[in-house]
Amino acid sequence: MHVVVCVKQIPDPAVPGALDAYNTLQREGKLILDESDSYGVEMALQLVDAAGGGEVTLISMAPNGEVSGLRTALAMGAAKAILVSDPALAGSDALGTAKVLAKCVERAGGVDLVLAATESSDGYTGTVPAQMAELLSMPALTFAKHVEVADGKIKIQRQTEAGYDVVEASLPVVVTVTAGVVEPRYPSFKGIMAAKNKPVDAVTAADLGLADQVGWAGARQEITGVTQAPARQAGEKIEDDGTGFEKIVGYLEKLKVI
Amino acid sequence: MTIARSPEHELFRATVRDFVAREVTPFVDEWEANGIFPAHDVFAKLGALGVLGLEYAPELGGAGVDHTYKVVLGEELGRIPCGGVSMAITVQLDMATPSLARHGSPDLQARYLAPAIRGEHVAAIAVTEPDAGSDVAGLRTRARRDGDEWVVNGTKLYITNGVQADWLCLLVRTSNEGGYQGMSQIVFPTDTPGFSVSRKLDKLGNRSSDTAELSFVDARVPVANTIGEIGRGFQQQMEQFEYERLIASYVAVGQMQCALERTREYLRERHAFGRPLLANQHLQYLWAELAAELDLLRHYNWSCADAIVAGNDEVRRMSAIAKLKAGRLIREVADFCIQVHGGIGYMEETWTARFYRDARLLSIGGGADEVMLQLLSRLDGATA
Repeated sequence: MHVVVCVKQIPDPAVPGALDAYNTLQREGKLILDESDSYGVEMALQLVDAAGGGEVTLISMAPNGEVSGLRTALAMGAAKAILVSDPALAGSDALGTAKVLAKCVERAGGVDLVLAATESSDGYTGTVPAQMAELLSMPALTFAKHVEVADGKIKIQRQTEAGYDVVEASLPVVVTVTAGVVEPRYPSFKGIMAAKNKPVDAVTAADLGLADQVGWAGARQEITGVTQAPARQAGEKIEDDGTGFEKIVGYLEKLKVI
Repeated sequence: MTIARSPEHELFRATVRDFVAREVTPFVDEWEANGIFPAHDVFAKLGALGVLGLEYAPELGGAGVDHTYKVVLGEELGRIPCGGVSMAITVQLDMATPSLARHGSPDLQARYLAPAIRGEHVAAIAVTEPDAGSDVAGLRTRARRDGDEWVVNGTKLYITNGVQADWLCLLVRTSNEGGYQGMSQIVFPTDTPGFSVSRKLDKLGNRSSDTAELSFVDARVPVANTIGEIGRGFQQQMEQFEYERLIASYVAVGQMQCALERTREYLRERHAFGRPLLANQHLQYLWAELAAELDLLRHYNWSCADAIVAGNDEVRRMSAIAKLKAGRLIREVADFCIQVHGGIGYMEETWTARFYRDARLLSIGGGADEVMLQLLSRLDGATA
């Protein structure tokens, strides 16, 4: 089984971020593997193991030929990576990104399954996987909290507010997995050393035939403004005079949780 | 602040840091309260991660890489918020196993080193005795030869991992030559009849690590369990001490870095006299001075690691200097941290209290400061 995992390399969330003149996140510094993608990588490795063979290919779009996040995923056990790094990609919107990643899936060839996180931890559009599925003419199964593959079919449990739906499709498909779907492994030391020699296929937008459809030139959306999220309202404080529990019960009843 | 040697060193650092934060740190308070930690569980996880055999042969399950990765590992183990667990791990890494890896027979390595690398076995180093600590030449535990067996009698004291160990790297007298002569290192399985843990010892600090007094009464082990040459135990142990002193210094850098970072943030948040404590120039300068000293040690450690990789004869001297200076600096850092925290720093609920207790050991274990100075004065010809 050949599984492709979309992997985003993002600025370290522990370091305060900054916006550039176009209101997009500055990405000049060191990038790391988006933690939400580590679940997809782990899921892919487990599915390939369960299938008794195959490999995991990573696809990523990043500035400056950045590979440190990819190395983490390669050290976890992925076999190879396709990295699209090109100044022409700067300013790409979600659809532009989906076009690039869809072309990467085609370039990887013979793909049974494409995995992605439900959304990235820095952009949060949550639209790229579904757009990729459309471009690849594959079904999109989203918010999977459990995944099984057998006999050319995939069955997922799709997280909903009330519980989950069971959704089935024939391969190949695009699946988004939720955080917690599996427990990502730590890269072993041997994995870290092996990752050094794993192939990273570095390509440009032009190599993918997308030169004029991505970046600022191809973007159909622009960020016109960014404002601070409103501060949260302070909650109501109840001083307990011996009847505080009644107020809590009343509040919970109002919410219809009891 | 760390030194980035290569992308692999950096990815390894990130992995160990993540592992420590998720698999170790959340449990430390419980282990400290219990006076012991589940070494077999933690070591099995470390074994799976591949960190217990970094420098050891791939045939034994090791990674076969150079010593510089140990610096990264030590510094990151230093981020564990107690000294006991990192101490127990480093006993396995660099105190109980280097002699076996360097001098042990293939059979002995397959039976004891390979399971230690996998984290299935917990190892301990048994040198110190009631009447022989830093003065190793004074040790009395004896192994008498009886055919193909050693018959061991004696006592070992202050043995880290001693309660949980599956085997000991045991230094004993195997002849009557006395002094530095006639000692041997033996792999001693702790399920040997005649062996017992006589006491689990109560300590000032490093409480999550079990420390034991061990007793040997006519305990028989095969002569084939001798590590390297019979009679060369003291010399091999002195070599093994070099690794012990270095890893202790690597860990100390991580501990001090973490302590200074935490203290800086506390001083930024804590207001007194209408401004953050960190606005006080006296405190800024004290902090900066210690951070500067720490940076010297950090770079010295890397030089030590490079000297190991180069097979440099200076390692004996450098490892003694590293541990001496690390032991002294960490005492200063711990004292500073507790002092500038004030009353809350003296409280058990604040990390500074444990750090202050745990830090004190480095100037004693692995050869006391005075023994380092004795060695250095001798090596440098400053004796008469």
